[in-house]
Amino acid sequence: MNHAATFDRISVGDPHNSIGLHEAPQDALNDVRSAVTQGTAMNHNANVEQVRVEDLHKSYGDNEVLKGVSLSANSGDVISIIGSSGSGKSTWLRCINFLENPTSGRVVVGGKEVGLTRNRKGDLVVADPKQLQLIRTRLSMVFQHFNLWSHMTVLENVIEAPIHVLGLPKAEALERAERYLERVGVWKFRDAYPAHMSGGQQQRVAIARALAMEPSVLLFDEPTSALDPELVGEVLKVMRSLAEEGRTMLVVTHEMGFAREVSNHVIFVHRGRVEEQGNPKEVLVRPQSERLQQFLSGNLK
Amino acid sequence: MDALIEYSPSLLGGAWVTLKVALLSLVLAVASGLLGAACKLSNLLPLRLWTMLYTTIVRGVPDLVMMLLVFYGGQLLLNEVIDYFEWEFIEINPFVAGVLTIGFIFGAYFTETFRGAFLSVSAGQLEAGRAYGMTSWQVFLRIMFPQMLRYALPGIGNNWLVLLKSTAIVSMIGLSDMTSLADQAGRSTHQPFTFYLAVCVLYLAMTAVSGWFLGRLTTRYNVGVREANV
Amino acid sequence: MELFDFQVITGSLPEFWRGLLMTLQLTGIALLCGFAGAVPLAVARVSKNRWVSGPVAAYTYFFRGTPMLVQLLLIYYGAGQWQWMQAAWEAGNPVWLLFREPFFCALLAFGLNTCAYTIEIIAGAMRNTPHGEVEAAKAMGMSRFKALQRIVLPSALRRMLPSYSNEVILMLQGSAIASAVTLVDITGAARNVYSRHFAPFEAFVFAGLVYLVLTFLLVGMFKYAEGRWLAHLAPRKATKRKEAA
Ligand SMILES: Nc1ncnc2c1ncn2[C@@H]1O[C@H](COP(=O)(O)OP(=O)(O)OP(=O)(O)O)[C@@H](O)[C@H]1O
Ligand SMILES: [Mg+2]
Repeated sequence: MNHAATFDRISVGDPHNSIGLHEAPQDALNDVRSAVTQGTAMNHNANVEQVRVEDLHKSYGDNEVLKGVSLSANSGDVISIIGSSGSGKSTWLRCINFLENPTSGRVVVGGKEVGLTRNRKGDLVVADPKQLQLIRTRLSMVFQHFNLWSHMTVLENVIEAPIHVLGLPKAEALERAERYLERVGVWKFRDAYPAHMSGGQQQRVAIARALAMEPSVLLFDEPTSALDPELVGEVLKVMRSLAEEGRTMLVVTHEMGFAREVSNHVIFVHRGRVEEQGNPKEVLVRPQSERLQQFLSGNLK
Repeated sequence: MDALIEYSPSLLGGAWVTLKVALLSLVLAVASGLLGAACKLSNLLPLRLWTMLYTTIVRGVPDLVMMLLVFYGGQLLLNEVIDYFEWEFIEINPFVAGVLTIGFIFGAYFTETFRGAFLSVSAGQLEAGRAYGMTSWQVFLRIMFPQMLRYALPGIGNNWLVLLKSTAIVSMIGLSDMTSLADQAGRSTHQPFTFYLAVCVLYLAMTAVSGWFLGRLTTRYNVGVREANV
Repeated sequence: MELFDFQVITGSLPEFWRGLLMTLQLTGIALLCGFAGAVPLAVARVSKNRWVSGPVAAYTYFFRGTPMLVQLLLIYYGAGQWQWMQAAWEAGNPVWLLFREPFFCALLAFGLNTCAYTIEIIAGAMRNTPHGEVEAAKAMGMSRFKALQRIVLPSALRRMLPSYSNEVILMLQGSAIASAVTLVDITGAARNVYSRHFAPFEAFVFAGLVYLVLTFLLVGMFKYAEGRWLAHLAPRKATKRKEAA
C-alpha cells in the first residue's frame, strides 16, 4: 500500500482536488498499480482506462503536424505507434505528457480529464501545475537519446525523481532503484556514470528510471533508434518482458517485429492523421490502406 | 560637465597613449606568439621546455609585478651596462617598459592561440600542397599560414580585448595614459568619479569598435568554413 | 654592486608574510562573495524575460569591458566626489564610511569584478546543459525551479570548473593592483622593499615567486576538484585501453 501513500505525498492538500481523480477509479488504479508491481497480470482490471486522447491537434505556426488524433489505453495495453519519419508520432506522444502543448484536444489521465487553459501563444497548457506534475509522474517517458543526467551516477539518476518529485524517503527510493536496476540487468553499473556505458545499457537505465516512478503508463519514443544494431535486442527484450508483466505502454517505434509480436494494438500515423489501426496481427499482415502497404513494403525487407 | 570638456583634449591624448601602448604590445605579442608556437611545436626538447617555462611564468606572476621588475630592474641592469661601457645615462621610460612587459605577457597567450590554430590545419591539405610540388616554405606561406590565421582569429580577438584592458596598469609606473591623466584631472577638479567614469566609457568604446572590426574580419576570413548551427 | 642580495629578502620576510595574508584575504573574500552573488544572477542572466536578464547583462558588460584598476580607483577615489557621501561621512554613517577604507573598496571592486565574470561563466555553462536532460527532468515531473535546482545548476557548476579555475587564478594575479589604493599586499610589500633598499630584483622576483607558488597550489586544488566532480566527463579508462590495443 505504499503506492497509495506515495500518491498522497505528491498532492499536498486535498488529494481529490489537486490530483483530480474520481474516487472509484483511484481505488481501482491503486489495485492495478500494486498488482503490476507484484508482477501479476490483472485481467479482471484490464478494462480500466489509464489514458485517453481525443481529437488532438498540434500546429507549429502554419504547419499542422497533428490533425485530430485519438487513442485510448487500458491497463495492460501495449500500443505501438508507427509511421514514416516526420508523420508526427513523437509530437503526439509528447503532447500526452505535455512536453509539447497541443493546439486543441482532450487528454484524460486515470479517468480524470486534464484541465487545460490557453497560453499567450494560443496553445493549451495544463491549468494546475500540481496536476501537470501528477500527469508526468504517472506517465513516465523513455527517450530516444536516453537523456540520462550525465553528472549523476546510474543510481543517482534512478533515485533522483522518486526522492525529489514523489517525496519518497531515501531508503525506499534506494530499494526501488535496486529492484528496477536488477530488473533491467544493470544493477552492477550502479556507480558508473552514463557516459561510461554503452547505449543499450544507458537505455536500460533510463527504463529503470522511468519504472522507479511506478507510473501507470510508460511512454517510449523510439527507444531503440539511437542504438547500434547489436544493442537493440537487449532493450527490446526488456520492453517485451515489461509488456508480459502487464504494464501499460505506448511505444513509438520503427521495430515492426516488436509492434507485431508484443503490442496488442497498432496505430499507423500518416501526415498527422491515424490512417489505419487495429490488431497488429491483422493490420500488419493484411494492411487495408495503400499508404500502410507502401510503408510496410519499405520497412519489412 | 564643464570640467570634463575642459580636460577632454588631455584625456583623449591619454587615450591615444593607451592605444599606442596596446597596439605596439600587440605587435610584439603576436611576434613572440608565433615564435613561441613554433618552439612549442618543434621537436627540440630545450625549445619546448623554454616555452613551457615562459607560459608558466606568465600565468603565475601578475602583470604588475612583471612590469615593476622590468621598469625598475631593467633600469638597474641598464645602468650596469652603461657603467661598463662608459656610455651616457639612458633612462628606461615607462612607455618602453609597459610595451615590453605587456608584449611579453600576451606573447604567451598568443603562443597558445597560434599553437592550437596550427594544429587545426588539416595535414591532408599540407600534403596536397607538397604533392603539387610546392616547397615546404611555400606550403607554410601559402597554405598553412593563411588557414592558421583564420582558425586563430577568434583567439586573437579575445586576446586583444584582454590586452587592451591590461594597459591600464602602465599608469602605475608613471606613464601618462588615460587612467593617470584622469587621475590628475580628477584631483585638480575634485571630480574623480566623473573622470574615472569617462575612462570606463572610453575603454568600452574601444572594445566596442574592436568588436565590430573583429566581426567584420571574421566574416571576411570565414568564407568556406561552415559553422555548426546550434 | 650585487644584483641579488638574499639578505634583503630574509630581512623583509615578516613584511612579505603580512602582504601574503592581505592578498589571501582580499582574493579569498572577493571570490567567495562574487561567487555567492553570481549563482542567482546567472539564473537571472539566462532568463527569457528581458527585464530580468537585461540589467544583469549591462552589469557584466560594464565590469568585463573595463580594467579592474579603473574600477578600483572609481570606487575608492570617486566616492568622495558626491556631496551626500561627504555629508554621510561627516555624520559618521558607518555604512558610507566604509568607502573611505581602502580594504573595503578593494574588496568591493574585486568582488563586483569577479562576480561579473563568474556570472557569464555560469550562465554559459547553464546554456550548454544538454537539452534532453532538462526535458527528462520535466518529463519526470520536476517543476522549472526543481529542474534548475537539481539538474541544471549542479550540472553547470561542475562543467564550469575549468573556466572558473582560470578566473580564480586571474583574480589572484589581478589583486596585485591593491597597492594602488595604499594596501600592502604581496606586491605592495615588494614595492616597499624596493624603495627601502633600491633592490628591484630581490623585491619583485621574490614577490613573483610567491604568486607562482600560490598559483601552483590553486591549480593543484582545481585539478583535485575536477577529478572529483568532473569524473562523469572523463574518458572511460577501459575504452582508452581498447584504443591502445
Ligand atoms: N519544435 C518544432 N517546431 C517546428 N516544427 C516541429 C517541431 N517539432 C517537430 N516539428 C515538425 O513536426 C513534424 C512531426 O515531427 P515528429 O518529431 O513528431 O515526427 P516523427 O513522426 O516523430 O518522426 P521521426 O520518426 O523522424 O522521429 C515534422 O515535420 C517536424 O519538422
Ligand atoms: Mg520522433
